[in-house]
Amino acid sequence: MTTRYTFGGDEHIFVECSEEMSLEAFFTGMSITTALRNAKIKGVTEICPANASFQVRFNPDIIAPDEMMRQLKALEAAAQSAPSTLNTRIIEVPVYYNDPWTHETGQRFRERHQDPTSTDIEYTARINNLDGIDGFIKAHSGAPWFVSMVGFVAGLPFLYQMVDRDRQIQSPKYLRPRTDTPRLTVGHGGCFACIYSVRGAGGYQMFGITPMPIYDPNQTTSYLRDFMCLFKPGDIVKWKPIGREEYDHTVAEVDAGRWQPRIAPVTFSLEEFAKDIDGTNARVMEALNGH
Amino acid sequence: MAINVLKPGLSTTVQDLGRPGYYHIGIPTSGGMDTLSLAAANLLVGNDAGAAVLEAVFMGPELEFTQDAMVAVTGADLPPKVDGQEQPCWTAFKVKKGQVLSFGFLKKGARGYIAVSGGIDVPVVLGSRSTYTLGALGGFEGRKLAAGDVLPVGKGAFVAEGRSVAEALRRAPGAPAELRMLPGLYWHRITEQAGKTFFEDTWKVAPEADRIGYRFKAGRPLDFVPRTPPFGAGSDPSNIVDACYPYGSVQVPSGTEPIVLHRDAVSGGGYMMIGTVVSADMDLIGQLQPHTPTKFVKVTMEQALTARADRRKTLEAIAKALA
Repeated sequence: MTTRYTFGGDEHIFVECSEEMSLEAFFTGMSITTALRNAKIKGVTEICPANASFQVRFNPDIIAPDEMMRQLKALEAAAQSAPSTLNTRIIEVPVYYNDPWTHETGQRFRERHQDPTSTDIEYTARINNLDGIDGFIKAHSGAPWFVSMVGFVAGLPFLYQMVDRDRQIQSPKYLRPRTDTPRLTVGHGGCFACIYSVRGAGGYQMFGITPMPIYDPNQTTSYLRDFMCLFKPGDIVKWKPIGREEYDHTVAEVDAGRWQPRIAPVTFSLEEFAKDIDGTNARVMEALNGH
Repeated sequence: MAINVLKPGLSTTVQDLGRPGYYHIGIPTSGGMDTLSLAAANLLVGNDAGAAVLEAVFMGPELEFTQDAMVAVTGADLPPKVDGQEQPCWTAFKVKKGQVLSFGFLKKGARGYIAVSGGIDVPVVLGSRSTYTLGALGGFEGRKLAAGDVLPVGKGAFVAEGRSVAEALRRAPGAPAELRMLPGLYWHRITEQAGKTFFEDTWKVAPEADRIGYRFKAGRPLDFVPRTPPFGAGSDPSNIVDACYPYGSVQVPSGTEPIVLHRDAVSGGGYMMIGTVVSADMDLIGQLQPHTPTKFVKVTMEQALTARADRRKTLEAIAKALA
């Protein structure tokens, strides 16, 4: 894994921790961006962690680009000696898999899909050698996911499943992007899951929908009053499969301002994870039960 | 004081100098695409350079004033009219209570900035009044203006009528438009030959050109250096593991049509970028009409910083002349 630094014009430095996705690359990015945030360097205006890279925006009238680059590289050296431990939180996200709304949308754009005769979830189950829709739901919701990036549009999380590479669910994006995706669709492209925070265009496979809003610019949703976006990079997500009844009930509770997501603090260690993936995941998910 | 929107124009939004600080959660800076013109319009009517104005694209709105105000229109050559009487651009003029501000046909440029003394006083959201339509955030109810909207206006300072910005201080794209670009990011992914043709070719602004980004076409496609796709990137040679996109970055999906991201940028995605348009030339992109011939000009960091300093000096000269 070699870290590559490059300027994005006169206002950005783009740092690629690794060309390929891995939890190690994500962690390298998280530790350098955390160190950078704590360093409070004058002139830094935006610090954006991404999946296997990150980006810094700075004001070159306050800090010269070469000086910004020098300070960033110094932080990388310091971050490397730090333990790969993250104090974060786990959030349970209810998902109504194989729901009627993403199904209907999928049918409308079928000619843009690799396999027009099946559905997104059936297709992805098949190419990943999973046992149909039930086998897919088990694999998808059986292990937690890291929010490895928030972006594209406001509040949209990209998620990376915390399993061995050979257990990662992978699927191509649509051949041509759709012009419509229901709000709160749980999608998948490459090795990443996402939740569409707003309705709009999209190219990811659609597997289900969550009743839980994750972006609310009006901040009327009970748990989004402090801040309009729910997710931040480093959060851990556990999908909870639900049926139609619970979906409808949750939507009603959210609308009535009574619903709260289940969230618990959790510590994650990359070393512990490398030694025992399933044991670490079980411990991380267990944290939800106390809350 | 308020302004009644009689006709909204094509896509008129409230914008100021933007909302930095939230790009890491996908909320872009927004703000005027041509911020130099936006600042000039404000200074003409006695506002702070960063007050909220209306950004009108291709076609002006029709606005009824409920009180006297000073107004200035900068950026595109979009001739303002007060009760049908044409007024000069880049010049402060008075609109009296009950009068209607409308616009003639666009002659040059793409975006007009309409500043009103006191500024458009919509609520400040995350530090800015700018509209981010994709996220339904800020501005007037998070969207472009519609007929029947009533825009609140702040209390203005008194300034004299007829103040104007000297022609030499108005910046506009040339013909062809030239956008200076610093190569970098994933430049190594394209072949040496592709790197040459990219700068040689004259591109044309595609119809898909908005506040998110400007697409260009008509240049030769770019060839890629062969590779084994990295895990998680995707199979197209232009794919990368989804990453952040700098403002002004030039992505080229499948090597065919470059897209320059602007103030309402999608904050990240899975396409490689070959460089970034320098900060000083972002204003110019906001004034490009579809089909405008455009060349990308390769520059060094030193040249990018000189361009930035030149732009700042222009703004300082405008501010000094109007102080």
